[in-house]
Amino acid sequence: MYALLKNFFTVLKHMARGDKWYYIWLAFLSFFIIAGVASYIRQLNTGLILTAMRDQVSWGFYISNFTFLVGVAAAAVLLVVPAYIYNFKPIKEIVLFGELLAVTAITMCILFILVDMGRPERVWHLMPIIGTMNFPSSLLAWDVVVLNGYLAINFLISFYVLYKMSHSKEYSIQLIKPLILISIPWAISIHTVTAFLYNGLSARPFWNASILAPRFIASALSSGPALMIIIFQIVRKVSKIDIDNKAIFKIAELIAYAIGLNLFLFGAEFFKEFYSGSIHLAPMEYLYFGLHGKTALVPWMWSALIFNITAFLIFLSPTARENFLTLNLACVLIIAGVYIEKGMGLVVPGFVPGVLGEIYEYSPSWTEKSITIGIWATGAMLYTLLLKFAMPIYTGELRFLSKTGK
Amino acid sequence: MPNKIKGNSISKSISRRGFLKGAALGLASTAIPFGTADASVWDAFLQKHFREMNEDEIQTVIKRLEKEYDKKFDTKFNIKTTKAMPGTLFGYGLDLSRCIGCRRCVYACVRENNQSRDPQIHWITVLRFKKGEKWIDLEESEKYYYPGAVPEEGYFYMPVQCQQCENPPCVRVCPTKATWKEPDGIVVVDYNWCIGCRYCMAACPYGARHFNWAKPRIRKEELNPETHYLGNRPRYAGVVEKCTFCVQRTRAGRYPACVEICPVGARKFGNLLDPKSEIRYCIENKRVFRLKEDLNTYPKFYYFFAT
Repeated sequence: MYALLKNFFTVLKHMARGDKWYYIWLAFLSFFIIAGVASYIRQLNTGLILTAMRDQVSWGFYISNFTFLVGVAAAAVLLVVPAYIYNFKPIKEIVLFGELLAVTAITMCILFILVDMGRPERVWHLMPIIGTMNFPSSLLAWDVVVLNGYLAINFLISFYVLYKMSHSKEYSIQLIKPLILISIPWAISIHTVTAFLYNGLSARPFWNASILAPRFIASALSSGPALMIIIFQIVRKVSKIDIDNKAIFKIAELIAYAIGLNLFLFGAEFFKEFYSGSIHLAPMEYLYFGLHGKTALVPWMWSALIFNITAFLIFLSPTARENFLTLNLACVLIIAGVYIEKGMGLVVPGFVPGVLGEIYEYSPSWTEKSITIGIWATGAMLYTLLLKFAMPIYTGELRFLSKTGK
Repeated sequence: MPNKIKGNSISKSISRRGFLKGAALGLASTAIPFGTADASVWDAFLQKHFREMNEDEIQTVIKRLEKEYDKKFDTKFNIKTTKAMPGTLFGYGLDLSRCIGCRRCVYACVRENNQSRDPQIHWITVLRFKKGEKWIDLEESEKYYYPGAVPEEGYFYMPVQCQQCENPPCVRVCPTKATWKEPDGIVVVDYNWCIGCRYCMAACPYGARHFNWAKPRIRKEELNPETHYLGNRPRYAGVVEKCTFCVQRTRAGRYPACVEICPVGARKFGNLLDPKSEIRYCIENKRVFRLKEDLNTYPKFYYFFAT
């Protein structure tokens, strides 16, 4: 007990200490978190009327961000496969940071769902046993199961490894191997189930296309690892952890294949809709050309497409992707491209035109923006603190007392 | 004061690893005033799913709700829980050749069913189409038409409301079983169980489900105190509501409000299982169709052309 308490305080003390930039960063995030919390309190008291969502477009910015982040969480698999299945050493050394990112992304997903709910205090209604979870009929019930399961798996793996390391012990690969193996299909499943959540609705032709789930996976494997490449460079800069360039370039190569696939699937969808030109073309037309003079998303969608193609070309060329300037540019482009395409570009056209033909142009309100930024800041803070705790354990600077008091 | 508690409990927990737990607690504290002397707040929070309660529990809930409404609206409410009559399956008919687009049904429905007046919620949407133009995808329809007089030359009208599908997509997707199809075919919502995720709204092909984006507001003198638990009792902010074929009326042998008000007799209603009913006559003798039949939702709402 004594050792446990002491360890806990060691962690706290460690997290509280840092250089000037560390404090500035935390203060910066805190500002947006507080602003987000304040907006959320207003939304709770007044109702979701403070958002720009209405009956016509009943899901908006929150669910868009949720969808994008499920993809980020799922992308950890791109590190797990080469690390544990192919035993690629440079990536194996950093897979932990991918798993912690998955933990963070899922936490943010849960927050985005909570802020979107009309009655958040009734969240227990969708839990098994105490509530009346509509399993297996509702895909949202499936999503609750797979997302929480994925959170648990990644939490267990990363904290088990950190625990062993912090006590200067070797972790047993036999013990976590089953968890690691199950995490691979599980990562695919969280994104597939999230895609099916939209996909299964025959009322919304834009979502009711079989290409949706494959596109979800391909775009997730493009943007998630790109985010990791950026994070690895920061980790390398602020800690003594040595991350091999080989690992980063290998990930960059894998991203090239993922973007290629995503663009191909996009092309297939684009062709089918425009060539056949049935009444179900309307949402696609709204996205890329506007409908009845309503063009809110058009500039965003074309930007996203240009971003994705440019990023693809950079990732494809070995010289460009092994130059950190162009590599980072490509990473930012693909993150932004997928964020637009899979966020607003996916959710809004499900509702435009509406089921009764109405065109309601949605664009998020200040409340929605403030709460969204607040949740992103929360995620950034959570990841920062997780890293602050994990990095010194990794390098051996932070060691705990074991229970025997040694 | 409660605002302050909310803020602190969330922002503090962020620095801990038990972040999620903190967020959940923070959320709960915003919704439930801790330390309140009023036990009914907790009773409301812990209320069970309507279909999982026994008769006694239902009666306790009804008493609590009537008290709650009395306090809130200063009006004596009567909340019925009448069950479906055996051997009934309600069906609806709408004669497109008669409808003049006057929207009296829209507002009769609002008055009968205690919909919020600010912001306005309508369970019936009347669509206007130009004669001779394509209308299969409803995209050419106009919902916001404001003529001096109806009917207008060169136009026809199609009112749309909940189609009470036999195979309702909204029920299938609800993550908490807060909405279901009753034995008499009416799709209802337990407003005390709905979590407000709005998945049903995304799933509904008819735009029949409406969300309380703000606290519903109705003037006291406009309230209808004769209600049903699954129908027109006052709703809450953050829950979904919909047409119930006026369950409070139809289970007592009356017509829905929209049928009663229609000045041209375009609306028909009855028991599909009764071969002698008017609705069965219409189905068997008129040229009927159902909206978006390609989706296999099997609506119990029949459009037809009588002339």
